[in-house]
Amino acid sequence: MSEHADKSGISQAFRWFDPRGRDVGTIAFILNRITALGLTFYLFLHLIVLGQLAKGAEAYDGFLATIRSPIFVFGELLVVAAGLYHGLNGIRVGLTSFGIAVPQQKKLFYWLLAIAVLGSLIFGIRMFTA
Amino acid sequence: MSTTKTKWTVNLKVYRKKGQKAPYYDQFTMEVDPDEYVLDAIERIWAFHDRSLTFRHACHHSTCGACGMLVNGVEKLTCITYIRDVVEDGGTIVIDPLRNFPIISDLVVDMSLFFDRMEMVGQRQVIPIAEEIVGSSQKAQSAGNGKEYLRLSDCIECGMCISACPIAATNPDYLGPAVLAGAQQSGLDKKPELLQIVDQENGLWRCHSAYECTAVCPSNVDPAWRIMDLRRQVTSQRFKRLFR
Ligand code: SF4
Ligand code: FES
Repeated sequence: MSEHADKSGISQAFRWFDPRGRDVGTIAFILNRITALGLTFYLFLHLIVLGQLAKGAEAYDGFLATIRSPIFVFGELLVVAAGLYHGLNGIRVGLTSFGIAVPQQKKLFYWLLAIAVLGSLIFGIRMFTA
Repeated sequence: MSTTKTKWTVNLKVYRKKGQKAPYYDQFTMEVDPDEYVLDAIERIWAFHDRSLTFRHACHHSTCGACGMLVNGVEKLTCITYIRDVVEDGGTIVIDPLRNFPIISDLVVDMSLFFDRMEMVGQRQVIPIAEEIVGSSQKAQSAGNGKEYLRLSDCIECGMCISACPIAATNPDYLGPAVLAGAQQSGLDKKPELLQIVDQENGLWRCHSAYECTAVCPSNVDPAWRIMDLRRQVTSQRFKRLFR
């Protein structure tokens, strides 16, 4: 079913994440939104973790032991990847918003994606072998 | 003897909506020449299968901007979209009305707000002939660097950029790509009053750089570039004001 202006705002917002039939710019836009939501979620988690400090040293040490498990390390890697992508895309959007390199926006996206993937790989190797 | 098959059988799945009734899809299986345009097939549905089907078209050569629809989920001017480019023999073409506009009936959407906004930024729909002849030399457009000239850079007001824009999907108050591009074409230097219209929350600064408008524009308007160029102009005006 097609999505139209008479639909509710929430169902329309799902279109932000629908890449079907869309071009490279939308892929960049979707990744930007997903990483922004992910990083905001992480910020809340981070505050909860810091809240553990208030429960005393033992509780905090126990918590630290838990988050050293591979699944948490992988979660941290996702945060690094999201931060890298979001930051680099921020530079792309910032440049094009001042009228710089607008016709090159697709190339800029491919480059930033390559750098973000490479950076995440390097971080991943270091995090899992440390 | 040519082995190319000149008749294909395709299935057209067409969005239907009348009044307050729930929308649905109608299916029409028909023989087509793959070198015909999608609009030809839609017209044939109307002529031979269902006279109640409503859709917009006029020029049949990408000039009036009336025939914009979603073809398999992508904004296309159906009068210049070859059937062979969107389907294979035996396949299905899904036809929907443009998004981000209220639907009047079937494939016809209400573009009146969009047209009003275009007028608001100086892109009038009807220009008296005398005025157009006098003003024609001023209509020449540069590519932005003052050297080249763009062909076909006039917006045909098809609305496809608005349909493709993810921001217009959730914010009906956003002026939208064509309107902002129209403001840029009108020129802030020639019409300083446009600054107030574009330099606001739902104007220039609402764009989130998805570049879909430029991807679907059939007329080389490049609205995304024009939005960014307007931003550059507005930012440099503000910057200059700081040192006055
Ligand atoms: S800017 Fe392009 S896509 Fe948008 S209304 Fe004008 S011609 Fe159509
Ligand atoms: S019928 Fe005029 S643009 Fe397609």
